[in-house]
Amino acid sequence: MGKAIEAIDLDIYYGSFLAVQGVNMTIRPKTVTALIGPSGCGKSTYLRSINRMHEVIPGARVEGSIELDGTDLYGAGVDPVGVRRQIGMVFQRPNPFPTMSIYDNVIAGQRLNNKRMRKDATDDLVERSLRGANLWNEVKDRLEKPGSGLSGGQQQRLCIARAIAVQPDVLLMDEPCSALDPISTLAIEDLINELKMDYTIVIVTHNMQQAARVSDYTGFFNIEGTGKPGKLVEMDETKKIFSQPTQKATEDYVSGRFG
Amino acid sequence: MSIETDKTTPQHDVDVATPLESRIARKGQLPRWGTAAALAGAAVIIGGALAATGAFSIGLFVFLTVVLFAVGLYAISRAVEGGRKAADRVVTIVVTSAFLLALIPLISVVWTVLSNGVARFDAEFFSSSMRGVVGEGGGGYHAIMGTLIITALAAAMSIPVGLLTAVYLVEYGVGTRLARSITFFVDVMTGIPSIVAGLFAYALFALFAGPGVRLGFAGAVALSVLMIPVVVRATEEMLKIVPNELREAAFALGVPKWRTILKVVIPTSIAGIASGITLAIARVIGETAPLLIAVGITTGLNFNPFDGRQATLPVFAYYSYAAPGVPRDPYVDRAWTAALVLIVIVMVLNLAARLIARLFAPKNR
Ligand SMILES: Nc1ncnc2c1ncn2[C@@H]1O[C@H](COP(=O)(O)OP(=O)(O)OP(=O)(O)O)[C@@H](O)[C@H]1O
Ligand SMILES: [Mg+2]
Repeated sequence: MGKAIEAIDLDIYYGSFLAVQGVNMTIRPKTVTALIGPSGCGKSTYLRSINRMHEVIPGARVEGSIELDGTDLYGAGVDPVGVRRQIGMVFQRPNPFPTMSIYDNVIAGQRLNNKRMRKDATDDLVERSLRGANLWNEVKDRLEKPGSGLSGGQQQRLCIARAIAVQPDVLLMDEPCSALDPISTLAIEDLINELKMDYTIVIVTHNMQQAARVSDYTGFFNIEGTGKPGKLVEMDETKKIFSQPTQKATEDYVSGRFG
Repeated sequence: MSIETDKTTPQHDVDVATPLESRIARKGQLPRWGTAAALAGAAVIIGGALAATGAFSIGLFVFLTVVLFAVGLYAISRAVEGGRKAADRVVTIVVTSAFLLALIPLISVVWTVLSNGVARFDAEFFSSSMRGVVGEGGGGYHAIMGTLIITALAAAMSIPVGLLTAVYLVEYGVGTRLARSITFFVDVMTGIPSIVAGLFAYALFALFAGPGVRLGFAGAVALSVLMIPVVVRATEEMLKIVPNELREAAFALGVPKWRTILKVVIPTSIAGIASGITLAIARVIGETAPLLIAVGITTGLNFNPFDGRQATLPVFAYYSYAAPGVPRDPYVDRAWTAALVLIVIVMVLNLAARLIARLFAPKNR
């Protein structure tokens, strides 16, 4: 588990609108990479193109390539469904399935794909995933209750448990803490630090401190003006980005002198 | 920050110069029984006036009482409580009267059907057909069975077609020309007069079986022409309100689209879909015109929708009333009872729709 990602000359379109242009980025296995940048610069768009979630939007398409340990995810004959099984995703707003219990939510990946599992194996997987998401102690007595009955922070950790239950190689997170209070945020940051042992993690965040706290590498995206495509300005070790970036725009942004 | 909030707060025409305490100080308030007293007062005054002129009629009395009540309460309330409260009271009166007005025809229909239909609402009505019956006795068993069979057939044809069409429109066809034209034709179909649906089914079956054909199945086809657009529309609306985030959540777990639809989208909206379908059934079960043309009527029991005429409740009621035998009364009584049974069926379907909605609704705790 934990694979490398390499984006090569990646252009991402919504219909005829070029949203992100010319991204070249190497993401090392078992590291946390933070993506930062002003609103609308294409962080979510780029993140969603990594697990081929971008193309579920009508008219959306991608040019260039993204390689996962050397295989092109956009190559001919690659099934996007298979890609998404290897690259899990956690969304900005927690989105547990409202018709399912907490238990079923965790193993939704298996249940929805009709994967047959023995009862004790499922129980085990549920416990492991919930422990992995730091949620087990809070919900172990009400696993059969609906997932939508949890608090926002708990729901988000449930979504993380659901994502890691399918045992992906990579975990993408799009502002996973933006709807959460500081305590839940800390819980999720701790979790990211633990998950890094097994997974390659890419996280979009607007919170500089968070990027500095959790990530090993940071990529800064920027946009020149409305209607222009977003670009990857600079990517480096997080320490370096926050202390001595090579680009002026990066320095302005991380020091809060932006716009 | 403070500038922002100032902009968004609605500006009242309050005199800012007066001190706050006097601005928020309560004006007078009418006592709780004030409204009732005003209504009673208006009724007494109007009643007295009408009695004095000798032109008393209940309609005029109610109308004038409400008008005087509204005007009087407005005047009193304005004097005591101020303009805003007074306007509030008048609007309350207007809305309530409109509601009661709308309720009158409904209650009147239910009451008329109930009082006329209850005479023959007996075991015999539910157990015997009209075969060999002249005058008293007999019943609508054959018509009840015919209605149930034909409606069930129509539902069996419309629900899969309607459901799949809606799934296509919402999940696959968004923005395509095909989807737009389907939506257009569904809208057109919603407006088709039911008699046209009947003529269509009749003409269709006359092609195969020759003119004069009457068939339960032809009636079912006519009903499904009316039912499909309703099912499509109801299902479409329900599928649309399933949040996109749930679909994306499933996709991100590596679930193929068709499984996502089958196991996430439809289960999430099944409550609304089921009650929409039930209401669509309720909508067509009382259709008369298409069945009159395509199915006709018969006096005996016929369980086979592919073999000749079948009786149905609406057509049975229609013929019993329009072409009764002699003596007339037993026929008319049976017509009312058939109408009553139909209303009961529709009511049961509506209750079932609510029950289904509650049963399937995603639970929160
Ligand atoms: N579904 C869509 N259809 C068309 N254009 C879109 C769509 N989603 C995003 N865009 C456009 O793509 C550009 C990048 O958007 P994106 O959501 O990736 O920004 P972001 O960096 O994630 O911003 P934020 O920090 O606000 O989340 C924006 O100009 C946006 O208007
Ligand atoms: Mg975003």
